[in-house]
Amino acid sequence: MSMRVFEGFKFTKLNTPIHNMDPRAKFTVVMGIFILALVFTELLPLLILFAVQIPLTASSKTLKRWLGSLKGAAYLAALIFGMNFITGASLTFAFSMTLRFLCLISSFSLFFMTTSPDDLGLALEELKVPYPLTFTFTTAVRLVPTIAADAQTVIDAQKSRGLELEKGNLLKRVRNHIPILIPLIVTAIRRSMEMAEALESRGFGASSKREPMITLKMKPSDYLTILLTSVLTALGVYAKLYLPLPLLEIPYHMPKIPFLNP
Amino acid sequence: MIEVKHVTYTYPNGYTALRNVSLTIQEGDFIAIMGENGAGKTTLIKHFNGLLKPAKGHVTVDSKDTRTVSVASLSKLVGIVFQNPDHQLFSETVRSEVAFALRNFGFDEETVERRVNRILGMLDLSEYAEKSPFALSGGERKRVALASVLSWEPKYVVLDEPTIGQDYRQKERLRMILQQLLSQGKSVIMVSHDVEFVADCKPNIVLMAGGRVIGGGAAEEVLTNPGLLEKCSIIMPQVAQLMRMLGESGVGGRVIDVYSAVESLKTLWRGG
Amino acid sequence: MKAVEAKRLTFTYEGSENPSIMDVNLSIDEGEFIILTGPSGCGKTTLCRCLNGLIPHFYHGRLEGEISVMGLDVKSHSTQELAQHVGLVFQNPENQLFSLTVERELAFGPENLGLPRRETRRRVEWAMRKLNLQGIRDRPPYELSGGQQQKVAIASILTMQPKIIVLDEPTSFLDPKSAVELLSIISNLNKELDMTVILVEHRLDLASSYADRVIVMDEGTVAASGPPSQVYSEESRLRGVGVPKVSILFNQLRSAGIPVKGNPVSVDEAYHYLRLMLGK
Repeated sequence: MSMRVFEGFKFTKLNTPIHNMDPRAKFTVVMGIFILALVFTELLPLLILFAVQIPLTASSKTLKRWLGSLKGAAYLAALIFGMNFITGASLTFAFSMTLRFLCLISSFSLFFMTTSPDDLGLALEELKVPYPLTFTFTTAVRLVPTIAADAQTVIDAQKSRGLELEKGNLLKRVRNHIPILIPLIVTAIRRSMEMAEALESRGFGASSKREPMITLKMKPSDYLTILLTSVLTALGVYAKLYLPLPLLEIPYHMPKIPFLNP
Repeated sequence: MIEVKHVTYTYPNGYTALRNVSLTIQEGDFIAIMGENGAGKTTLIKHFNGLLKPAKGHVTVDSKDTRTVSVASLSKLVGIVFQNPDHQLFSETVRSEVAFALRNFGFDEETVERRVNRILGMLDLSEYAEKSPFALSGGERKRVALASVLSWEPKYVVLDEPTIGQDYRQKERLRMILQQLLSQGKSVIMVSHDVEFVADCKPNIVLMAGGRVIGGGAAEEVLTNPGLLEKCSIIMPQVAQLMRMLGESGVGGRVIDVYSAVESLKTLWRGG
Repeated sequence: MKAVEAKRLTFTYEGSENPSIMDVNLSIDEGEFIILTGPSGCGKTTLCRCLNGLIPHFYHGRLEGEISVMGLDVKSHSTQELAQHVGLVFQNPENQLFSLTVERELAFGPENLGLPRRETRRRVEWAMRKLNLQGIRDRPPYELSGGQQQKVAIASILTMQPKIIVLDEPTSFLDPKSAVELLSIISNLNKELDMTVILVEHRLDLASSYADRVIVMDEGTVAASGPPSQVYSEESRLRGVGVPKVSILFNQLRSAGIPVKGNPVSVDEAYHYLRLMLGK
């Protein structure tokens, strides 16, 4: 279950309109969804917000993995549903809160699946985030597959020395992970030293002004996306504040249990 | 005996690393598995102790099918020394590092102490017994990793690229340790692309390319066969190249090491 | 102006009792191809670090004697400054590549130096052509093979346009085929671009034919220095130097009383001398 969730956030290179969208424009869309999801507590708008993401995801050819990330979030979603319902909320409200959570997960999932970490780093640079921070970000992303491979190698090496990770009670199992963690940490530290040496040797920090060779260019379609998103978000907020909304209700409440929901 | 029968293995990412590989390793064999990076060598040795299980075919170690037994129990028979010692070192002292596997396998403390001292002596590590493995140099750490596998005296000793980063003296020392293991009746299997080292050791060679075994035989046969070596992108040992070039003068044959070359040339010189 | 000039160079790492290199004297001309070799722990890596300022600026300790690179005193210039004159390629390809595409990796150095975009682009395209990397320009470096990674590492040093390139056992993790390819590329850089090359290597059988000079270090000092044929003696072998097999062969032939001439370092040279001796 847990691995599926990661798949739903991993970037793959494809040629779709959403993949080709400037990350800043995409992020505006994610923010728009975020704001609207928080603003509304009514079931119908949240349903629409969630449903709208389905064709978007389909167009980016990542539908299967997107569903995977939702499946992965299923436990948490069920928890949210349960907590709300048991403490006296209506069925409708519980559904709404669950949907809100799923909306947020799904929009971020779509964002990360269609945006390369490279472009993300560039976007951060363009947004004038200090270079040491964006460098930390892209380096972290770049190191994930390396560290994952290291972890597998360490596990293989220690299993080959008789380490059995599945056996024993909880305490034993935790202790059995020490021979996995220590080599990983030590390797990570060694790696950092080597990388630091290499960075120095490549003139890192020589100049405070950087002119990145590659820059992101916003296309007209990106500006349009940002405009459209801003307008729709504004409309949504207006609607919430000033307009009567059609309600979708499921008239059912949790029976009253004294200590849970007085 | 380790039997590999028609093994095919594909990694989760879809890459097929082994295609219908069959191989038999008898007790006491000395084998070098050679081939380009990516030929499937490391994937193959991970099947020997069950770390990887074949998608097709099967692997048996002393008649036990690797799919039915745990990695831990197979490891008692097959000890694999991985390439980078830093992927396994974690203990406070060299002594406890070397004792780790022995304790996992359930040996009593008396035996553990005896065996640890023996292997530390054999590998010239006694003076470092109480030191932290992390304080040692790269070459020393590699020896500690080797010691920690040899400590439980597995029947089959498998080494993945043992000569990387080693200087000439360290390689000579390794060669002698391997000879010692063989004289103790152990099987030694090494993955190596260090042709000169393999030529000095003179094991039987298994050649791999593209996930298949494409040839094999005695070192003298394989390392003097340009056609086979070409297919695996292996460079013929210098001495063999030289003798082959002189082949037209009636020398050559199956010479891959300096000593034999000197003898051959002496004969040629005197006869000439 | 010498490429590298060292006088009585001695360095003791902080916290260490003994110096790692002692009284090293070195004089390397521009355009030379030097192999630096010796048994593990002899001080080769320490010496390399002195060449681009990692010692004493990154690795602290006591640095005595003099060391200058392209006329610049290493003690008084930062690593960042020296990076434009001497590039250092490390043993492990993975830990010297930072970017998410090859193209951006090559741009990393010039970007660090604050160069204008157009200049960076020019250098990147040039280095890519020189090392034949156009086909993989969009690939993430960590997905490439070891050999390709080292090529990218070299290219990303080239974009800083140093006059000297120091490589610390760059072929360690490569299979022989990739090692041969990489060494030939390094030799081309030396010949075509007139770059001074200082190559730390154990695999002397593959690298010797390219070198002008071999410097052997042992226990922190320079034990021998001269053309390969001169340095690959029995004495060197006993020190732990990975002398090529053909050199060992000739030394042993002579010990056996066979009057073969020459000190070959490659198979072709050895063949030439043997034919002479055999009178064919």
